[in-house]
Amino acid sequence: MQKLIATLLACTLLAGSTAEAAKVTLLNVSYDPTRELYKDLNTAFAAQWKQKTGDDVTINMSHNGSGAQSRAIIDGLDADVATLALAYDIDAIADRAKLLPADWQKRLPQNSAPYTSTIVFLVRKGNPWKIKDWPDLIKPGVHVITPNPKTSGGARWSYLAAWAYAEKAPGGSTEKAKAFVAALYKHVPVLDTGARGSTTTFAQRGIGDVLLSWENEAHLALAESGGADKYQIVYPSNSILAEPPVAVIDKNVDRHKTRKVAEAYLQFLYTPQAQEIEARDYYRPRDQGILNAHGSQFPKIPLYTIDDVFGGWTKAQKVHFSDGGIFDQIYKPGQ
Amino acid sequence: MPGFGFSLGFTLFYLSAIVLIPLAALIIRPWELGWNGFWTEIMAPRVLASLKLTFGASAIAALVNSVFGLIVAWVLVRYRFPGKRLIDALVDLPFALPTAVAGIALSALYATNGWIGGPLSKAGIKIAYTPYGVMIALVFIGLPFVVRTLQPVLADLHRESEEAAATLGATRFQTFRRVILPMLAPTLLTGTAMAFARAVGEYGSVIFIAGNLPMVSEITPLLIIIKLQEYDYAGAAAIGVIMLAVSFIFLLTLNALQAWVSSRR
Repeated sequence: MQKLIATLLACTLLAGSTAEAAKVTLLNVSYDPTRELYKDLNTAFAAQWKQKTGDDVTINMSHNGSGAQSRAIIDGLDADVATLALAYDIDAIADRAKLLPADWQKRLPQNSAPYTSTIVFLVRKGNPWKIKDWPDLIKPGVHVITPNPKTSGGARWSYLAAWAYAEKAPGGSTEKAKAFVAALYKHVPVLDTGARGSTTTFAQRGIGDVLLSWENEAHLALAESGGADKYQIVYPSNSILAEPPVAVIDKNVDRHKTRKVAEAYLQFLYTPQAQEIEARDYYRPRDQGILNAHGSQFPKIPLYTIDDVFGGWTKAQKVHFSDGGIFDQIYKPGQ
Repeated sequence: MPGFGFSLGFTLFYLSAIVLIPLAALIIRPWELGWNGFWTEIMAPRVLASLKLTFGASAIAALVNSVFGLIVAWVLVRYRFPGKRLIDALVDLPFALPTAVAGIALSALYATNGWIGGPLSKAGIKIAYTPYGVMIALVFIGLPFVVRTLQPVLADLHRESEEAAATLGATRFQTFRRVILPMLAPTLLTGTAMAFARAVGEYGSVIFIAGNLPMVSEITPLLIIIKLQEYDYAGAAAIGVIMLAVSFIFLLTLNALQAWVSSRR
């Protein structure tokens, strides 16, 4: 009898203690190639949060093209945090749905981008076309694989990297950049809708000689079994500094009462522990020490920023990717 | 007839809730652009090129399916052979398979390193990432519509009339042309129309095999997605309305044709 009472008591105590540890759920709406990254980061953050507060936090992920995700949040997808491919897609959420303030990008250090990436070339092993830099992409006969900038965030970075190269090269100008980009897209036989689709076209279907790729996607392709025997990465003479930003979606976290944990989650991305994970998943960490420790996988090449060359995302989007913009003009008949 | 008022009321309510209200929402949207805006939107060369591809490829795919679907249905109804049930079940696969899976499988097959695409590319024929790829995908998803509409009608055909034709000295071809085909024509038209309508709206399977190059292999549903990506909801709706209008006119014409064919019998 006494034993039974003791057991019952123990049970109630146990039940009581688990009830005290609150269960929190966050929804992180992200873009396509971050699957592996956030799987690792979420486990680390949940463990850290549990240790700090005793609460259990579960982070649910949603992955899709960056633009599609932005539209989903505008149309009501209940994201606590958005971790997208480019600032314009979060600007759109602030602008159209007013779910967060317009100056969201100033709330976290370094343009709210805890990690960066860039655009590199993935070529077939041995580099049969001897592709070394941007001009090699428009050699006769070379086929380039890149997704449609209208639907893919990564593709927009690729397009802008090509443009920045041509405009900033010795003797470069806006006209030359336009001509170069137009010539480049003449070498693109397939425009997939997203970065993963393009990687599949290049790797599985064997289409094309060069894939314009996120640096992390290129490393991932090499890391896959047999990847290093089939492909190699080429770093052009310069590229673009891609800053995939993160933001708390204010209206949603206030409604869910998850602001504290959502903010802690994003701040966690800047901690040395998270920066190390990001580096291991082939994103360039902001922490210089950790970046240098992984120096061999992140060669130092000059990287243009979107603000320097294009005057920020809003302007770049309007000039290049809006309806009738420069990208559309490339495909105008008779050009 | 008893119950007419109630059942008609129910039908109208159900159709409105499921079909008409969503379509009304679509039709209201483009007028934010004004008539001129709407007109420039749909007359853009890129939109016209995509409409030509979407409706053209859908029509060709539907025609291919009407011929080969008829043969498949004929074989499945008229003959008995081992594995017949299996083949019968296979016909439904394009219905059941997620279209993206179909698209990925087809592009793997028809890419230049695929089982079919490899030998073909050596012969200088490219299927995947060209408009032909679009047609292949649309033929794939449309087949069950033709076969499944024809099967019950074929099963009900009176063989006596075929026998009568044969005893009167008709050749096999004459029997088919003069006796069987007229009896099947209305159903064949229905099946073909359904395959066509399905093909026009298809997105998932086509996107993986089309190549999606503007002016060349870009289908209209993709253009709508692109417009949405630009937050151009009105522009997307404008293209949607045009697709809807063309499809509706086409289906209406087919219905009229079908009624005319049936009345001639």
